Amino acid sequence: MLSNQEVAEELLGKFGSQVFDFEEPYGMLTLSTTREEILSVLEFLKEHSHFQVNFLTDLTGIQYPDKQGQEFMVVYHLHSFIHNFRVRIKVSIPEADIHIPTATGLYACANWMERETYDFYGILFDGHPNLKRILNIDEMDYFPMRKEYPLEDATREDKIDALFGR
Amino acid sequence: MADIELLPHQVPANADLPELVEELTTLNLGPTHPATHGIFQNVLKMDGEKIVSGEQTIGYIHRAFEKIAERRPYYQITTLTDRMNYCSSPINNLGWHMTMEKFLEVQVPKRAQYIRVIMMELARISDHIICNSILGVDTGAFTGFLYVMQKREEIYEIYEEVCGARLTTNMGRLGGMERDLSSTAIKKIKDFIQSFPPVLKELEKLLNRNRIFMDRTINVGAISMERALSYGFTGPNLRAAGLDYDVRVMNPYSSYEDFDFSIPVGQNGDTYDRYMVRNEEMWQSLKIVEQAINNLPEGPYYADAPEYYLPPKQEVYRSMEALIYHFKIVMGEIDAPAGEIYHAVEGGNGELGFYMVSDGGRAPYRLHFRRPSFIYYQAYPEMCKGSSLSDAILTMSSLNVIAGELDA
Repeated sequence: MLSNQEVAEELLGKFGSQVFDFEEPYGMLTLSTTREEILSVLEFLKEHSHFQVNFLTDLTGIQYPDKQGQEFMVVYHLHSFIHNFRVRIKVSIPEADIHIPTATGLYACANWMERETYDFYGILFDGHPNLKRILNIDEMDYFPMRKEYPLEDATREDKIDALFGR
Repeated sequence: MADIELLPHQVPANADLPELVEELTTLNLGPTHPATHGIFQNVLKMDGEKIVSGEQTIGYIHRAFEKIAERRPYYQITTLTDRMNYCSSPINNLGWHMTMEKFLEVQVPKRAQYIRVIMMELARISDHIICNSILGVDTGAFTGFLYVMQKREEIYEIYEEVCGARLTTNMGRLGGMERDLSSTAIKKIKDFIQSFPPVLKELEKLLNRNRIFMDRTINVGAISMERALSYGFTGPNLRAAGLDYDVRVMNPYSSYEDFDFSIPVGQNGDTYDRYMVRNEEMWQSLKIVEQAINNLPEGPYYADAPEYYLPPKQEVYRSMEALIYHFKIVMGEIDAPAGEIYHAVEGGNGELGFYMVSDGGRAPYRLHFRRPSFIYYQAYPEMCKGSSLSDAILTMSSLNVIAGELDA
């Protein structure tokens, strides 16, 4: 059984201040890194002879429109079957320069997950072999999961958000 | 004589030949093809009967669940989840409830956990019998499908008895079940445990050692364990490739640790192994259902969590507190704390995960569904490369790609 402490210390020893914001919500080790280091962190965890965190469970995006310079976030969920250990890695990127390197070189399944994230948020994964829309139509000219597109018609006056949802 | 066009093999070796152009046929498999069992398209490049490459187009039934979920109160998201893998909707529903219960730290009583296990395992059986019998249909054996369809009907009747619906079940509530197992439901479950084994044995007799079925499925659409892991396979498809990863055992939820069952694994990761793994899983699921119904604990079927679980209707008319809670829950006035959580359950096709970020409001700030079909279906072109079209159909069928889960 691998402890969060052990992995966190190893990551801090290797990457120093490039990994930060360590948390443990509901027991899952959560940390942030930069987009320059994300591939090295993923590869380090994958190739580590003891940890063997070699399964990409999930990859998705989140938008925080109010955070200046960190408007978008890509979240990776990784899993080590050997130790039954999960880890969550977050990378914040600015809206002005919405790029992040692709993980397709490490995990084949990142292909569609990154396409989905691009489709929803417009996050550009540099080096992706086929970065185009996956669930929405190709002709769509906006990124629908962004917070600036409200779910309901904003001009409606008969439904007050405070009473009927966000 | 000079004008006669020569057939290729009659062309003299030293003749001036025109540059040979690539002669591949493009074949559209789908979007609405009966053999794909769902709405998705494959553009295949064929060299005669052999598949050279393929490209998938998905999203035909994309319903933007993740976007819709950002506006809905937590309890209204349940109805979105059962439209994902509609062959085993209770697993989706209860998986979502368990995510929220873990997030809000609600303790669910043993009885509710056991009822959930029964419903989830019945759902797994109904998922797997469809997949396996359709695989039979695709190899040309229609009869088995009709036999087991009758049994799925019985499972749907049990759903009906437990939650009132058959397909889009909306089963369970945050904190427990919406009602206790009725005596009719218990009788129906016990009848099912009695009557299902002979039917499944008959299906096994039809297919398992059938020469034609084996010739059509062994070494068809095989994937190695390394590739399967890289492609994010989970569930029966990963186990068929030889890795015994099962969320029910690795991260037990809803009292799965109380039950005695084993995880079948395959060796070659081919269509036959996937079939056999699902087949054995049905026996294991049946074993779990039997243990759960025989050891069903007494006690309440919902948690003592008045903020999240609707009070009994009679109380709403009599007591002020119940009325207030009823109003607040129905209007979605209950705020969840800020935080984030990832919770996974073993769905019909593999690890069904829910990643939820809350900012303290009444609806999730971000909700992402880890949908196993979506993730492993991208391996399909690699798996059917070089095989014939008829084998590619079997490969797809044995992967059990569910369009609702693919597109969300």
